[in-house]
Amino acid sequence: MLNDPRAAVRLVREIEGIALRLAPRRVTLMEVCGTHTAVIVKSGLRRLLPKNIQLVSGPGCPVCVTPPGLIDAAITLAGRPRVILVTFGDMLRVPGGGGSLEAARAGGADVRVIYSPTELFALARENRSSRIVFFSAGFETTAPSVAWTLMQAERSGIENLFVIAANKLLPPALEVLAQAPDLRIDGFICPGHVSAIIGASAFEAVARTHHVPAVVSGFEPVDILLAVLMLLRQVQAAKALVEIAYMRAVTFGGNRRAQVIIRTVFKRVDSEWRGFSLIPDSGLGFTKGYARFDAVMEAGMAVESGRPAPGCMCGEILRGVKSPEECGLFGTTCTPETPIGPCIVSSEGTCAAHYNQKTAGIDDF
Amino acid sequence: MCLAVPARVIEVEGDYARVDIDGIRMRICVALVDDLAVGEYVLVHTGFAIHKLDLDKAIKTLELLRRMVNDHENAE
Amino acid sequence: MRNLIEEIFVSAFSNDILCELGDSAVIRSGSAGKLAFTTDSFVVKPLFFRGGDIGRLAVCGTVNDLAVAGARPRFLSVSMIIEEGFPISLLKKITRSVTAAAREADVVIATGDTKVVERGAAEGIFITTAGVGDIPEHVSVGPERIDVGDAVLVNGFIGDHGVALILGRGEYDFKSDLESDVAPLAGMIESILMVCPGLHFMRDLTRGGIAAALNEVASASGKAIEVDEAAIPVRHEVSAVCHLLGIDPLNIGNEGKCIIICPARDCDTVLAVMQRHEYGRTAAVIGRVIEYGKAVVIGRTAIGSKRIIDMPSGRLLPRIC
Repeated sequence: MLNDPRAAVRLVREIEGIALRLAPRRVTLMEVCGTHTAVIVKSGLRRLLPKNIQLVSGPGCPVCVTPPGLIDAAITLAGRPRVILVTFGDMLRVPGGGGSLEAARAGGADVRVIYSPTELFALARENRSSRIVFFSAGFETTAPSVAWTLMQAERSGIENLFVIAANKLLPPALEVLAQAPDLRIDGFICPGHVSAIIGASAFEAVARTHHVPAVVSGFEPVDILLAVLMLLRQVQAAKALVEIAYMRAVTFGGNRRAQVIIRTVFKRVDSEWRGFSLIPDSGLGFTKGYARFDAVMEAGMAVESGRPAPGCMCGEILRGVKSPEECGLFGTTCTPETPIGPCIVSSEGTCAAHYNQKTAGIDDF
Repeated sequence: MCLAVPARVIEVEGDYARVDIDGIRMRICVALVDDLAVGEYVLVHTGFAIHKLDLDKAIKTLELLRRMVNDHENAE
Repeated sequence: MRNLIEEIFVSAFSNDILCELGDSAVIRSGSAGKLAFTTDSFVVKPLFFRGGDIGRLAVCGTVNDLAVAGARPRFLSVSMIIEEGFPISLLKKITRSVTAAAREADVVIATGDTKVVERGAAEGIFITTAGVGDIPEHVSVGPERIDVGDAVLVNGFIGDHGVALILGRGEYDFKSDLESDVAPLAGMIESILMVCPGLHFMRDLTRGGIAAALNEVASASGKAIEVDEAAIPVRHEVSAVCHLLGIDPLNIGNEGKCIIICPARDCDTVLAVMQRHEYGRTAAVIGRVIEYGKAVVIGRTAIGSKRIIDMPSGRLLPRIC
């Protein structure tokens, strides 16, 4: 049923009905999850929606919002002797101020990709004379698995494991976006798996204080259509509530056990996002008990603020205020094969999605 | 963000469990979820179960959608 | 990789035969008639995987390149670069696979070469094969023959080989009985050409998967291809691994699959012949060539919308977000 074209058609009809009543008003809904963006692109969902309902992509890709200075720091660390730099595959091709970790690897640095943080145990054990530096990016979904791994590492006395903490928290970024004067968002399609951990109630401030409706969505095309419909109903009724369209995986309270594990290892810190500069309380730093895992501190490094490549508009694009076509580099010097900014790297990045449609001239089917 | 897929629990061994995802068997960490039983479904992200799936609620969502489709087809 | 080929090699070696950039070069040599000639190197990791090994792969890869050019594969060369200290028992095992695959494909290994390099200069073993086959005079396949309205078929489940390798490398804690699809397709293709000698085009699916092959066909023919994504056969296990790692099954490599483009009127016959063959049991019609004015691949999605299926770029990297 979740993949049933009839369910999709039915939901689209309902959406069209409301859109017609709202017309000529233009409704802008933002998804803030890279996997949502990927599903929307892959299923061609935008094309099914009425013209006055616009879906825009927000900062849903945690590696895209990682500031270039931190990537440069990781590249520097990876280049040091007896360092194995470990990260998720997503991070490998994301450019910092200069190169990427993939380029560093091609240049001889020991850079490895893992699927699960639990792989760090074996890496640390099998390479005792090296420092294992885990470049940890991700939102709240990923944070508890990293935190649990560090708790285990602490317990079993693993001493050669360090972490570059690039983990980010989404609700503070949504609050910034909800208030942005250059952006008018009528509703947020909230990330389903982040919410499985933190609970839908984490988006209460967005809805109550900033009066932007928020609906937590699952990851089938039909899930997303359902979330769009629920948001439009709220817009129509001039309400701003938090609702869940992904009941099978999300509650209002979230996963309490995971929340405790995160709090044991990490504390909230102000954090720099690419495109946003500093957002208060939007990142994770180490608590006192886990400070020794801090790779940047251990290496005695200062992380430069770092500049994105000249002309790169990924910052504005991540905030949803500019579209890729407004960027001078887009599609000319910056392509998926030769990425300059982060948004063109992975298939779900906003620029990558637009790039494929641009080359195809797709608007006219 | 955050890719996660549903998996069926085959065997629980302390903090870890063996699960099946459409014919792929894998060992995952289940330390983030409470009281897991064989046969239950979890969402797996980066090798960790991050949530137990609520099958009753999944069925309710499917029923809601089915009703929407049926009502529609009856109306036409 | 594509840039590398186009910018360095094609410009340096440029000639009429090479610039066709087909799976095989089509040549005429004296009185021998039309010949297909191709070569390929194999550097697979792991060397042994469920459903095959580097030996079988090295024969099938070259045999398939010849077969999709419309040729009957005849002679192969096999060159091996072996790392010092590589176990003789494994070398024998690989050689047996080469022999068995060659017998199955009915090709003669006519020449070969062996080099041993010092430890670290190769990873176990690298194999290069080259092959020659005859193209019957009445067979003429090529992208220029593709017409609007043609049917597009595939001979079965896609992505098995790539996923079997991912599982075989043991980088992730995933287990499954899934086997690579590595197989010589010459026999099946010969049967197809017997009932449909006028078919327009064939291409085997290798690195980059069906997405890469379809895009290459679109750009070589200058026509658009529309595929029904739900019609493309994908095993549950393959789609599960793809979901876990955030990769698209359409971008995953195959070694025993090809797409066939034939006139719509021949579609049912071709499908029936494929399905009767061991390597085409789960063959399916997946799309057609359409009038669109641009050389693109359009996917009709499960929920009834459309998207562009683009050329995969770069290496497949697992993602978590």
